Amino acid sequence: MILIFLIAILLLAGILAAVSARWSTQLPRWISLAAIAVNFVLTARIWAGRSLSASTTWYNEVDWNWVPDFGIHFHLAVDGLSFLMLILTFFLGIVAVLCSWTEIREKIGFFHFNLMWVLAGIVSVFLAMDLFLFYFAWELMLIPMYFLIVIWGHERRVYAATKFFLFTQCSGLLMLIAILALYFFHHQSTGVYTFEYSELLGTTLSSRAELAIMLGFFVAFAVKLPVVPVHTWLPDAHTEAPTAGSVILAGLLLKTGGYGLLRFVVPLFPRAAHQFTPVALTLAVIGIIYGAVMAFSQTDLKRLVAYTSVSHLGFVLLGIFSWNPLGLQGAIMTMICHGLSTGALFVLVGGLQERIHTRDLNRMGGLWALVPHMSASALFFSLASLGLPGLGDFVGEFLVLLGSYKVSVALTVIATLGILASTFYALRMMQRAFFGPNTNSWQLPDLTPREGLIMAVMVAGLLWLGFYPQPVLNTFAPAMDNLQRQVQMPAAVLRR
Amino acid sequence: MNVTDTLALLPLLLLAGTAIVVMLGIAVKRSYKLAAGLTLTGLAASFISVCAVAPLVPRQVTSLLLIDGYALFYLGLIIASSAAVAVLSYQYFAKHEGQREELYLLLVLATLGCGVLVTSVHFASFLLGLEVLSVSLYGMVAYFTGRGQALEAGIKYLILASASAAFLLFGMALIYAGTGTMAFSNLRNLSLGGSSLALLLPGIALSVTGIGFKLGVVPFHLWTPDVYQGAPAPVAAFVATTSKTAVVALLLRYLGAGTQESPAVFLLFSIIAIASMVAGNLLALRQNNVKRVLAYSSIAHFGYILVAFLAGTTMGAGAVAFYLVAYTVTILTAFGIVTVLSTAEADAADLEDYRGLFWRRPVLASVFTAVLFSLAGIPATMGFVGKFYILASGANASAWPLMIVLVLTSVIGLFYYLRIVVTLFSEAPERQSSMQRIEWGSAFVLGGLAVLLIGFGLYPAPLLTLIRATIGALN
Repeated sequence: MILIFLIAILLLAGILAAVSARWSTQLPRWISLAAIAVNFVLTARIWAGRSLSASTTWYNEVDWNWVPDFGIHFHLAVDGLSFLMLILTFFLGIVAVLCSWTEIREKIGFFHFNLMWVLAGIVSVFLAMDLFLFYFAWELMLIPMYFLIVIWGHERRVYAATKFFLFTQCSGLLMLIAILALYFFHHQSTGVYTFEYSELLGTTLSSRAELAIMLGFFVAFAVKLPVVPVHTWLPDAHTEAPTAGSVILAGLLLKTGGYGLLRFVVPLFPRAAHQFTPVALTLAVIGIIYGAVMAFSQTDLKRLVAYTSVSHLGFVLLGIFSWNPLGLQGAIMTMICHGLSTGALFVLVGGLQERIHTRDLNRMGGLWALVPHMSASALFFSLASLGLPGLGDFVGEFLVLLGSYKVSVALTVIATLGILASTFYALRMMQRAFFGPNTNSWQLPDLTPREGLIMAVMVAGLLWLGFYPQPVLNTFAPAMDNLQRQVQMPAAVLRR
Repeated sequence: MNVTDTLALLPLLLLAGTAIVVMLGIAVKRSYKLAAGLTLTGLAASFISVCAVAPLVPRQVTSLLLIDGYALFYLGLIIASSAAVAVLSYQYFAKHEGQREELYLLLVLATLGCGVLVTSVHFASFLLGLEVLSVSLYGMVAYFTGRGQALEAGIKYLILASASAAFLLFGMALIYAGTGTMAFSNLRNLSLGGSSLALLLPGIALSVTGIGFKLGVVPFHLWTPDVYQGAPAPVAAFVATTSKTAVVALLLRYLGAGTQESPAVFLLFSIIAIASMVAGNLLALRQNNVKRVLAYSSIAHFGYILVAFLAGTTMGAGAVAFYLVAYTVTILTAFGIVTVLSTAEADAADLEDYRGLFWRRPVLASVFTAVLFSLAGIPATMGFVGKFYILASGANASAWPLMIVLVLTSVIGLFYYLRIVVTLFSEAPERQSSMQRIEWGSAFVLGGLAVLLIGFGLYPAPLLTLIRATIGALN
């Protein structure tokens, strides 16, 4: 039941926020904060109350009949993987509410309604264990996100939001066909109509069908992640979205793609995924290099940060398709740390834009003297982003490279170049924006206490993940073992 | 024909009776309220009788009509949607001067025609139903004789419908010459082959012209945008939902098995389906008139329905039924919103009329957003479950090419639905357009439709059970 509450509280808070805006402009913000805080507590209770027996990896689950005619269940469950994603979701949710505290001045109620509902959609995606429910949540989280971009976005918001929606919807429908195909093939071999994840695992498929269905899933997650040929929505959507939207896009929506690959693509179609590995790894490396190069050549600060996401998420793909413990641990670490570091960078860029009303790097420069705290934070998160040892991103990317080294030395070497390239773009960004002469004679206020608090917490998080990542890895371990067990058998067949 | 047969026919008899009572009522005392009241009472009685006769079915009444679960399901849908149109019309036509009472007479007659279509298993009743429907629709489409667009739409519909009916008649003649029977059931059992094929296939092709015209599928779609635009909004709603529902229900009875037995028929409908999905969605892209967008999107939606029709089996029939309910609810809501926003001078059809609607009338705009998402097939709406059902039936029949076309074209469709959504949520214009008050009747209907739209989108199980119980009677 507690899992239902997680979603219901967010949905309810969204409605309350929308209604309460009539009486007060501050009330929606506090309601949203309170809802996420309650969810934090509930998640902690799930953690405390988890059963440690070996029989199940689920900490907690709910399973209701939903549409019996089709064998659809309302099945939510949480394991170590989902748990980590939930924590990240609520953490970034709070950041998103705080960072729009002064940025969003119009239509506050409806803004928080969408914010809460997009979080509810994301939570459902991370919890759904019925493929129909998963698809349902997958599509549903799009709509509030679309509204966030299209109503509160910047100049080209309609273009960006529509592009975002069309890309995800098209790939999502391909996934729906793949889900249905899997559903009917499962029925053919077993006589049971079901969308249940655990039952669909190990469905016998011809290798051609398996590859086709796997590709249907892969495309949907590749668009979200994003993988390079289908990434073009990302720079536009991230750039045009309001700060909170960018934080949620980069920090959470991209992670649903990684989560989908981890949870569904490889376990459901181990042989096809194995067959596909060389392609996926190559795409990952292309993404790492391409993202870095593109980031280097941007003059729009927000677009720059957006392209770094393409690069970082390439590591996630690399780690997942290496499919060994190191690679998987690296992928999950990268997902979490990227959420923090890139989320923080977006908050900073948003804060900067609120102050100087531009994102153009050419119009910045010499800001360090004016806003030392802000600049120092930016330096910190840039360093995190370029993979400085001691900060979380380094751990993630290092583990990924260790994992992929076992699979392909050549690709690992090229991917390492991507880390090198990240040094260039991160330092260029710092130089252009914060160092040098203040040619535009800006006069700005430094971080407000609210912004300072966001930064402090995120700094602490990245330091913790950088120096002592073990709790995260321990939490992930049982779930990872479980995922690997599902893949093991066919992989052994292939190795012969 | 015995007493039980008559009882089974009660829904149709009540509809016919209502038409007479409304006509006499108008003759005795010309009162708009009275005509509307009599119509709604008649429709309600007919709807109740649909539920009441359920235990008597299936029952063949003469060789023309078959009352079974399938027919009752569609009868219920038709009568309910017709009643919704009647309520929506009330506020709409109340704003207008002149003689408005006959509209209800025509509405009941058109509903009767639809009822005959869904129960017919014979070409004679097919043609009768179709003509009763068409003739009533001519009058309804051109009801505002003062408006040029309405007259144009009416004439267009009249000429094209007559032409297609002529094709249909010729097709029937060929089929009769080839098989010596006019009953659908004999046609279905007939293995298509031998010497009669030369007459039969052209006959089927010609009869498809008549059906395709009513459905507005490509290449018989040319009338759709003009009629939707020119007709009064509630009438357009009726054309879009009730009349099309009836024809689809008939098509399934008539050729449901034929597509499986004859590759030629399957190919014919595949081409129509693909052309409709592609053309409908592409043509809608550049429209700035909401009614025209709905017209083009309806072309595409009937392409989707044909995919389920082609998938065949009980699952395909179920998918068609669910999609029709979803489509009816969605389109009635859409036209309902157009209706309540319309003024006495003109319908609220221009996209600009909807700019910033959300900030002026949040509830109405939210419902309209739900409608557009339902048309686009986004979850939590009936349209999504419908599309899911169609894709499921397609996957069941391994109709992969059709499904891929469906998916790709519906992404194109998304583009123009989103354009309307953006308009709803963009900044309101300086000039505040006059606020139309919504009367309680329209509000009640719109609210109910919105609840259905979301309710069955979230929890479709009851409707699915009903469909399973009734549509199963088809095969």
